[in-house]
Parts: sequence; structure tokens; C-alpha cells
Amino acid sequence: MSEEFNGAHEAYGESEDSSDSAKRFVVVPGETIIEGEDYLPGEGTKRVGNKIIAGKYGLAEIAGRVIKLIPIFGAFVPRRNNVVIGRVTDITFSGWLIDIDSSTSGFLPIEESPRFVNRNEMDQYLKIGDVISAKIWSVKPKGIDLTLKGKGLGRLEEGFIFRIIPSRVPRVIGREGSMVNLIKEKTGCNITVGQNGWIWIKGASIDSEIKARKAVEMVSEKVHLGGLTDKVEAWFMEEK
Amino acid sequence: MSKEFKRPDGRKHNELRKITAKVGVIPNADGSALFAFGDTVAIAAVYGPRQLHPQHMQNPAKGILRCTYDLLSFSVYDRKKPGPSRRSMEISKVTEWALEPAIDLSEFPNQVVDVQIYILQADAGTRTAGINAASMALAQAGLPMKDLVVSVAVGKNDKHILADLNKEEEDYEEGEGATDFAIAKLANYDELTLMQMDGKIQPKRVNEAVRLGIEVCKEVYEAQKKALKDCVMEEK
Repeated sequence: MSEEFNGAHEAYGESEDSSDSAKRFVVVPGETIIEGEDYLPGEGTKRVGNKIIAGKYGLAEIAGRVIKLIPIFGAFVPRRNNVVIGRVTDITFSGWLIDIDSSTSGFLPIEESPRFVNRNEMDQYLKIGDVISAKIWSVKPKGIDLTLKGKGLGRLEEGFIFRIIPSRVPRVIGREGSMVNLIKEKTGCNITVGQNGWIWIKGASIDSEIKARKAVEMVSEKVHLGGLTDKVEAWFMEEK
Repeated sequence: MSKEFKRPDGRKHNELRKITAKVGVIPNADGSALFAFGDTVAIAAVYGPRQLHPQHMQNPAKGILRCTYDLLSFSVYDRKKPGPSRRSMEISKVTEWALEPAIDLSEFPNQVVDVQIYILQADAGTRTAGINAASMALAQAGLPMKDLVVSVAVGKNDKHILADLNKEEEDYEEGEGATDFAIAKLANYDELTLMQMDGKIQPKRVNEAVRLGIEVCKEVYEAQKKALKDCVMEEK
């Protein structure tokens, strides 16, 4: 089952141009990242005169001529097509209310379940307290609609979930899922990473699950370091 | 003139009390910080952006900022009765106005960012310490910001303009008495976002006081910047 999640990871992992060799340093809002006309302001930065100013607290990254700002703290901002992990909090006549740890709760309509569900027996499919991985179908001011139609989506059974800071999810996934695949490979666990920072792990033994969790937490904490994939690999060698 | 005047704790006229700044003191909050000017200690926690209730307060054009400032009951010598008071409600509102120009909530319609500021220990200058803590906490919460907000109080004892009065100086009674002048500004811009005065001052000396305030704000900014940067490095 775990392999099926990779598709979702690839789309929201680190982008191609954020190479590990690029220079990264912490900036505070309003701070001048670099001066000069040669640079282009990227995401989270803006140009004032001939300076590039940070618009957020985070890691500034100079990749060639483009200055990018990688946030390292902050709440989850839902976007369409994000895969998230959530918990069923209520059952209404037309669907399930899902807590996805964002400012508005998610709604999963009964039609969006992959198989037919009888309206009178909705709790036999998903009951209150169940944990699911779902895809965000639309984000509207009045709420977020979810769907379970898609590869690897559905109820998560057994295993356990924990949280990391949502803005560090791209690092945990790595470029095209490289980081999460490495952890899966080394521990033999099934891992699903939700864009909302919830992570579900299920392995053959408790030990391997704990090891996977430690690895994920290490990646999210060492967010300011480059070349993390190698470091994690080295860490696994040590642990053995 | 100011140099001859002896301050009770021996500071120079433009010298601040010892600044302590720390980020990430409340793990459950989206952003949090502690800021202290000597014996005045403030903590701030930021939650959000999150759904705003009651609904009638929602703004469909942009998110709103909601500040709460309060003294904890043990922060002052005579126990402070807990709960909002006329004074704390006013300071909550001016803090909100002081922070608003720095933060951009247009991405979060109908939502709210809650900022809660509590004073652990009060020794004059609590609103300025609160604003400094809140500005660091907002930054840590990862919100889009134009700049950090720095705040400091300047004052006057008799004829002498001094930076960052402590309680003893605030209660000074000789000569012209004591004046307290709280300012807040955007760190890298010449934009003041808060200016409050308590006491008396000659109109032509206001300029001198504000200028001293702006000058010492730089020191506060450096402390905030350092705390925000150290917070990431500590996680190594």
C-alpha cells in the first residue's frame, strides 16, 4: 500500500531548483537579504529599491539569481490537491466532518467515498474518531471539501500518527519523495505524510515504527541544514 | 545636561535596562516569545490564522488581528485583581494598532490571528515589552510581515530626558515630575505606530524625546533579531 502514496509526495516535495548546495540562512521579516540589481525576488520576498527584503521569518536561499524564502514555522494553509490526514469529528446527513488541523474544518461528502455508502449506515464506513488520508478537492471561503477518490486515500488502520510543523513537510518528503522513500526503505514502515503536518506510520514492529518516527523528527528539526538525505543515511548506519 | 543627572540604577540617559529575548517559549502556540526590560517581563503567544467567532466580526476582505494584554495577578506588588480592566482593555487596543501596520493578513479572509500578551512581572514599560514580545511571536508564527515592530518608552525626570524608565523613575516627583512617553515603530522604516504620553512635557522637547526613542529602538531590534536567529540554531 505504501508505494501508492508516492504519487502524492512527488507533487509537493522540494522543488527541483532547491539544491542542497545552495546557501541558506535565517532572516527576519523586513530584513535585507541581499543588495544589488542582479537578483530576482522569489517566493516570500520583495524588491524595495535595489534591495531584496524578506516578507516572512524563515530561511533565505540564494539559488543562482533567484532569492527564495523557505518558511520554517507557521500554521497549515490548505491548497487544492494537498493530501492531508484528518480525524472524523462528526457525521452529518450528507457527509463527514473532518478535523484537518487548519483554520476551517474539512467536509467529506458521502458521494466522494470510493464505494457506495448507505445514508443510514454511514458510521459503518467511517465512524467518529477514525483517521483518514484524503485529498483536498476544493478550498472555498465557507469550507474545505475533501475526497477519498484517488490512489492511496482512505481509512488508516493501526499504526500511529504524530505531528510536525506543517511548513517543514516539503523537507520531510524531500525532492520527488527521496527523503520519505529513504526512511521507508531503511525501516520497512508504511509512511503517509499529510501536508497538514500529520504523519502516519505503520510498521512490522514497534521498534521500526519508533525508528521511523525519530528519523522524521530529526529531518524536521534540522531544517536549516543542507545535504540532509546523506545525513539521514549516515544516521541509519549508526543506529544499526 | 542629562549626563550630570544621576539615575537611581546608575544608567546613562540613553541606556536601556538589560534586554532578555527568547523565541518559542510556548510549544503549543503557533508562535511565542518572551521579552524583558530588566525586571519587566512579558510573554506573548500567537494562535492562528483560525476561524473567527462571532461571525459578525469577520471581515471577508482580510483577516483581523485581535490582541489581549493583561497583567498577571502576581506581577505587581499589590495583587492585581484578575480579568480585564479599563487599563488593560485600552492597552490591548493600542497594541493591536501598533502591530497592525506591520502584518499583512489579506491572504486570510474571515480569519483571526489571536495575540495574547501577559506580563509576568511589572516594573514600568509593560506595554512596550508586550509589543516587542508580540512582534517576535508573530514573526515566529510565520505570518507575512512588512517588518518587525520595535517599541521602547522614553521619559522625563524633572528636566532630563531618559530612555526606558523603571518604576522608581516613573514615580519621580521632584521638579517637573515624571513623564512617560511610549513609542513603537517599524524597525526599518521611519513609521511610528504608537505614541502615548503620560505626564507633562514642553512641546519643543517632544522632538528630542522621540529622537532618543528612535535611536534606542535599534538596540531592541538587534535583540529581537538575535533571538529569532538563535531559535533556529538551537534546534541543531
